[in-house]
Amino acid sequence: MKNSNMGQLAATLISAIIFGIGLELAQMTNPQKVIGFLNITDKWDPSLMFVMIGAIIVNSILFIVVKRRVSPFFAPKFMLPTLTKADKKLILGSAIFGLGWGIGGFCPGPALSSLMRLQPQIFIVVGSMLLGMWVFKLVEKKF
Amino acid sequence: MSIVNFTPLPALYGGLLIGFAAAILLLANGRIFGISGIIGGILKPQKGDVFWRILLLVGLILGAFIAKQVLGTPSIFTTRSTLWLIIGGFLMGFGSRLGSGCTSGHGVCGISRFSIRSIFATLTFMATGMIAVFIMNLMGVSY
Repeated sequence: MKNSNMGQLAATLISAIIFGIGLELAQMTNPQKVIGFLNITDKWDPSLMFVMIGAIIVNSILFIVVKRRVSPFFAPKFMLPTLTKADKKLILGSAIFGLGWGIGGFCPGPALSSLMRLQPQIFIVVGSMLLGMWVFKLVEKKF
Repeated sequence: MSIVNFTPLPALYGGLLIGFAAAILLLANGRIFGISGIIGGILKPQKGDVFWRILLLVGLILGAFIAKQVLGTPSIFTTRSTLWLIIGGFLMGFGSRLGSGCTSGHGVCGISRFSIRSIFATLTFMATGMIAVFIMNLMGVSY
């Protein structure tokens, strides 16, 4: 795969910074709000739902622009997922992901962005996450 | 069920930023802002396809850091023990790779593309996340 051009790199950085700001503003980096959202049977914090709704509204509107274009602005083509059917791997993986999300209160983005806090728990979560990803890489042929 | 800690506006605004960031990456570079997949491309590196991923993660952390300075968001607080953080992190990492995505890839990007796979994935991990929290509550594990 070709090395990225300056436009791509600038867009990557800007997009990531905005994403990081959004995560922090929405407090998705706070496991209390994540577990609070998943705690739907007890003391429920609906905030995460609003984060999702806000994100999906903007992204789906701008996706209309994507559909009209032949290619992205700085890259030769759109690299969208090609699979369309929900298969066993997807469901099993998502189920496991959800368990980890509810047990720990973190998902990849917020966990990584919170590394800037330099707190031990974050290093533990990120380290464990990377380990889990690595282990999957070792066993993925079995699925 | 009672509603607690609901912060609709920061959640919504944060979500709008997240959605906007994801749209930028797609329109500019043709890439899905799926963090688990982006990390996956670092764990299984292909020539010329790694630097932008690292730059993205750096940007994510930088954005969160800037937001923390400006907003004064607090440190991460959780009463989940180290063991639960390890288990949670591991399952979250493993599951995201098996399931080909996480909250950003499936929840934010996939649903915005009206992807059936992502809708199934998101419903699944939301469900198991809620089940996990329910069970942790029954076990008397605080957060």
